[in-house]
Amino acid sequence: MSSIAERQEEVVEEFSMFDDWMDKYEYLISLGKELPLIDDEKKVEENIIKGCQSRVWLDAELKDGKIHFTADSDAIITKGIIALMIRVLSESSPKEIAESQLHFVDEIGLKEHLSPTRSNGLVSMIKKMKTYGIAFQAKA
Amino acid sequence: MSQAVSHKFNVEEVRKDFPILSREVNGKPLVYFDNGATAQKPQSVIDAVSNYYAHENSNIHRGVHTLSQEATTAYEMAREKMQQYISAQHKEEIIFTKGTTDGINLVASSYGRHHIKAGDEVIISAMEHHSNIVPWQMICEEKGAELKIIPINDQGELDMQAYQEMLSPKTKIVSVVHISNTLGTINPVKEIIDLAHQKDIPVLVDGAQSVPHMPIDVQALDADFYTFSLHKMFGPTGVGILYGKKELLESIPPYQGGGDMIKTVTFEKTTYNELPHKFEAGTPNIAGGIGTAAAVDYVNQLDWKAVNEHEKDLLDYATEKLRAVEGIRFIGEAKQKASVISFVIEGIHAYDLGVIMDKMGIAVRTGHHCTQPLMQRFDILGTVRASFAFYNTKAEVDLFMKALERAINMLK
Repeated sequence: MSSIAERQEEVVEEFSMFDDWMDKYEYLISLGKELPLIDDEKKVEENIIKGCQSRVWLDAELKDGKIHFTADSDAIITKGIIALMIRVLSESSPKEIAESQLHFVDEIGLKEHLSPTRSNGLVSMIKKMKTYGIAFQAKA
Repeated sequence: MSQAVSHKFNVEEVRKDFPILSREVNGKPLVYFDNGATAQKPQSVIDAVSNYYAHENSNIHRGVHTLSQEATTAYEMAREKMQQYISAQHKEEIIFTKGTTDGINLVASSYGRHHIKAGDEVIISAMEHHSNIVPWQMICEEKGAELKIIPINDQGELDMQAYQEMLSPKTKIVSVVHISNTLGTINPVKEIIDLAHQKDIPVLVDGAQSVPHMPIDVQALDADFYTFSLHKMFGPTGVGILYGKKELLESIPPYQGGGDMIKTVTFEKTTYNELPHKFEAGTPNIAGGIGTAAAVDYVNQLDWKAVNEHEKDLLDYATEKLRAVEGIRFIGEAKQKASVISFVIEGIHAYDLGVIMDKMGIAVRTGHHCTQPLMQRFDILGTVRASFAFYNTKAEVDLFMKALERAINMLK
């Protein structure tokens, strides 16, 4: 299994193929559409991250020392970015997640989506993913 | 100067007054349809603010030196211009604030603290912005009073019958929005005020969205309080106006304590300054005040009749075009409507539309527009809102439509 750093590099390389914003967003939208739906029973109040603009649900499970994330959003572009986050962070050890340095969103030119003015729930989601990493370290 | 002869309305000429309208966003010409959030500024306002800092900057009201006197004169001149513009009877009825929210908080706090008791009622409407809900909730909670809500119909119009029945001896104040920021509904504020006055109840009008679309005459309306922000009236940010009838303003206590609002201070007792200074603690937004004068001059030379025809034209044109979009649902279809269109498209999140349209240079607002209870009323989470100003054009509506269709295709 590859590391978080390696998976970030993969995503960056993938996005380097797009030369205009349309292609990039179309890809992001398709990622959003393909992201497996989160189970309805996990779409509960304690898993919701309320952004002003879009809502995000995040659930985490610890299996064999790795964290397995599932997530969802009502906005498809937000969901596309979530799909990338999950691809990069999920199935890693709690320690690796807690210590991860996420730079890929910047590098693929989607930094604006992590700006607080967007208020789409993504910034809080990343924080929460890392918090799960810290919390599960105690259990792992 | 302020009463300059109005020139025939020519949108291309008018656009030249607003430098930002010629910029590009994401490589595309900017189409600015977020005027409900803030309006763009004409060069004359920008120059007035910049000229103040370059040549007149000084603190006002108590300086004996030349600069301070010049700045004070300019600031007080702005107050007079505003008094004339909104047809207030007295200059001291014009209170400078930080904006609409600040004006509402001032009234809720000062009037509310003085006049609202346990068991009393405050009336607002179902289409209020959070800034005309929360300050009242806070004072009602503090006093044990009740907040009553005028319901609306599916078109987004107030239920005037219900309003009339709500007015009672327990009602201490009515606070309603003139034009809804989300729906565009123009409320019958004159009727609302008259009905309240029959029972001696004062009315505060939230005019945040009305000032960019019409001149206001507070005496004709007989409003007790009327508040708005200059940044939505083509003026600077961070400055607003609270108009209040003199006797009402005199009867209520100051809002904040500090410099400028006092007459004498000892550790035992402070006596308060006269109106309007009693409500203007601390160094105000002087540059904002001076920009206010320039904004008033600017709107004064507009031919409002022509402006309104142009805006109505834009509204009708865009509404007609949008009606053809598959899965569209308009939120707010009042008969009396300002140039604001809120809508949702079935199966597509407003946020996604906003993000994609921004890539094509189109600035619209998405989300709940700080009117969450209104969203709940229509059982939606948010809308896309296009709000037009007089400097917008049909050609821009065409670009907006093209971008919207493209975004829908991508997101479907």
